[in-house]
Amino acid sequence: MANQAQHVGAGRPREQWTGQVGFILAAIGSAVGLGNIWRFPGVAYENGGGAFLIPYLVALITAGIPILFLDYAIGHRFRGAAPTAFRRLGGRWLEGLGWFQVMIAFVIGLYYTAVIAWALSYFVFSFDLRWGDDPAGFFVGDYLQVSDPGFSLQFVPSVLIPLAIVWLLALIVLGAGIAKGVQRANVVFLPLLVVAFLILVVRALFLDGAAEGLNAFFTPNWAALGDPNVWIAAYSQIFFSLSIAFGIMITYASYRKRRSNLTGPGLVVAFSNSSFEILAGIGVFATLGFFAFQQGVAVDQLEGLTGVGLSFITFPAIVSQMPGGPIFGVLFFGSLTMAGFTSLLSVLQVVSAGFQEKFGLNPRQAAVRVGAVSALLSVLLFSTTTGLLALDVADQWANNVGIVASAVLTTVLVIWVLRKGSELRYHLNAVSTFKLGGLWIVLVGVLAPVVLGYMLIQRIVSLIVDGYGELPSWYLVVFGWGTIAVILLGALVLTVVRWGFDPERFRVWPPYPAAGAGDRMPRADAPDGPAGKEDRT
Amino acid sequence: MTGIAIAFLIIALLVVWGGLVASILYLRRRPESSEYPPGGEDDHREDEAPIEHDT
Repeated sequence: MANQAQHVGAGRPREQWTGQVGFILAAIGSAVGLGNIWRFPGVAYENGGGAFLIPYLVALITAGIPILFLDYAIGHRFRGAAPTAFRRLGGRWLEGLGWFQVMIAFVIGLYYTAVIAWALSYFVFSFDLRWGDDPAGFFVGDYLQVSDPGFSLQFVPSVLIPLAIVWLLALIVLGAGIAKGVQRANVVFLPLLVVAFLILVVRALFLDGAAEGLNAFFTPNWAALGDPNVWIAAYSQIFFSLSIAFGIMITYASYRKRRSNLTGPGLVVAFSNSSFEILAGIGVFATLGFFAFQQGVAVDQLEGLTGVGLSFITFPAIVSQMPGGPIFGVLFFGSLTMAGFTSLLSVLQVVSAGFQEKFGLNPRQAAVRVGAVSALLSVLLFSTTTGLLALDVADQWANNVGIVASAVLTTVLVIWVLRKGSELRYHLNAVSTFKLGGLWIVLVGVLAPVVLGYMLIQRIVSLIVDGYGELPSWYLVVFGWGTIAVILLGALVLTVVRWGFDPERFRVWPPYPAAGAGDRMPRADAPDGPAGKEDRT
Repeated sequence: MTGIAIAFLIIALLVVWGGLVASILYLRRRPESSEYPPGGEDDHREDEAPIEHDT
């Protein structure tokens, strides 16, 4: 650090996006991920087809966008990664919620990388259709070499090598910082993803049977609208798709300059995400229509319409039967890799930013230290013969228990316990073009915790009573509930550890007019000049 | 494709892609708020840093 900087602080201004467009691209890159391609089409199909559009849009407008704005408001007003922002918002104990979110992101980062590594492998396999005539046997047997549930240290080189490549690339991008790393990667990959995927969709539309696939996808089943589970499916699709409630959007918003429009770009991000989902639905179901046509069956008799099965078993099978299949496979797995990679960056940035701020690290130090630990754990857990099962179980718990609990806690604590709804709404309206009414507080304060709380309880009961995937219960305790225990323990430890500087030496802007004296947030005593926190180097 | 499926394809595209186009046009027309509360200039004074000017 330069001498001059020594007495005023560590000499690093907060990193920033280069502008509004950079932020929007990065936020879309985060929201558009694997779930858009492999989850939405199947979920929409199974929950009413065309009629699903109604609960989906209702969920987008009543929960997705409002919670997105809540994340933006917290991150932008309190200018920090999740732990820093929550600390400034609600004091020491709320910092724990921030670390809870960081730990969720940490766990997700461990296995999300593995899935991207698979996609990268299949991108390469597409060139010579290496899966042959039996994609299911190839994926589980030849590629992943899946063994019985347990913990093995028998590494699978075909997974280990791409996994190491993905980690290396991700950490290089993170180490380069927000503008030169994360933003630049999104500026390259997001347009490339859209172009590749558009080519894929157009190609799919010209396949025999595509029309039948689209019929299956878009024909409304109105009876579905009477089923509460369909509505829950819509809320959970929107919720998981938008990258909300586990620190990502808090972190990304914190890198915007203070005078920044928040809600206007937020609408663009939310609608971009849904637009990509619709596009993916068209592409995936046109392709499935072709598959059904080839098999001489109806679309509703196909299996493996979502998730890992859709991407790594059903799609390879289709690619093998298609004229020009390798090109189609390259486009599909290339899209999957890019969509996943830009989302991975946002997940890892949550972890990196949390550590940077608490321990006074720069992006490169954080990428190396946090990255080394993550990469090691990721390789140990997910590049072995037991990786697929561990991944599936960790994903189930981290998402359906971890993220949903995080959302419920955030809304209840921020809106009800700390009563910050009005202040956050004031903040959004003070800087944004799209103004929010009091209804926003009702949506994030009442509707969101009720719907998400119901989802959470229903899921926890089902996981306890029915188990998951017919796996032995000891395995679910270790890898499922164990994941939650690790997240909680990590959150506790990281909250207790000392800060490298005083996170509350911070002044909110704009000051909330209704904030009374003694309100803990605005630090009117902060110096006016080149202030800054204590040196933390 | 059947008529009803085509209808829902078009509705979905109009609503969701239309929402995207509308939100982009809205943002282009008003990229930034016309007036902000005083303060909040981008001088990084809340960072651990000396003042930096955009040059």
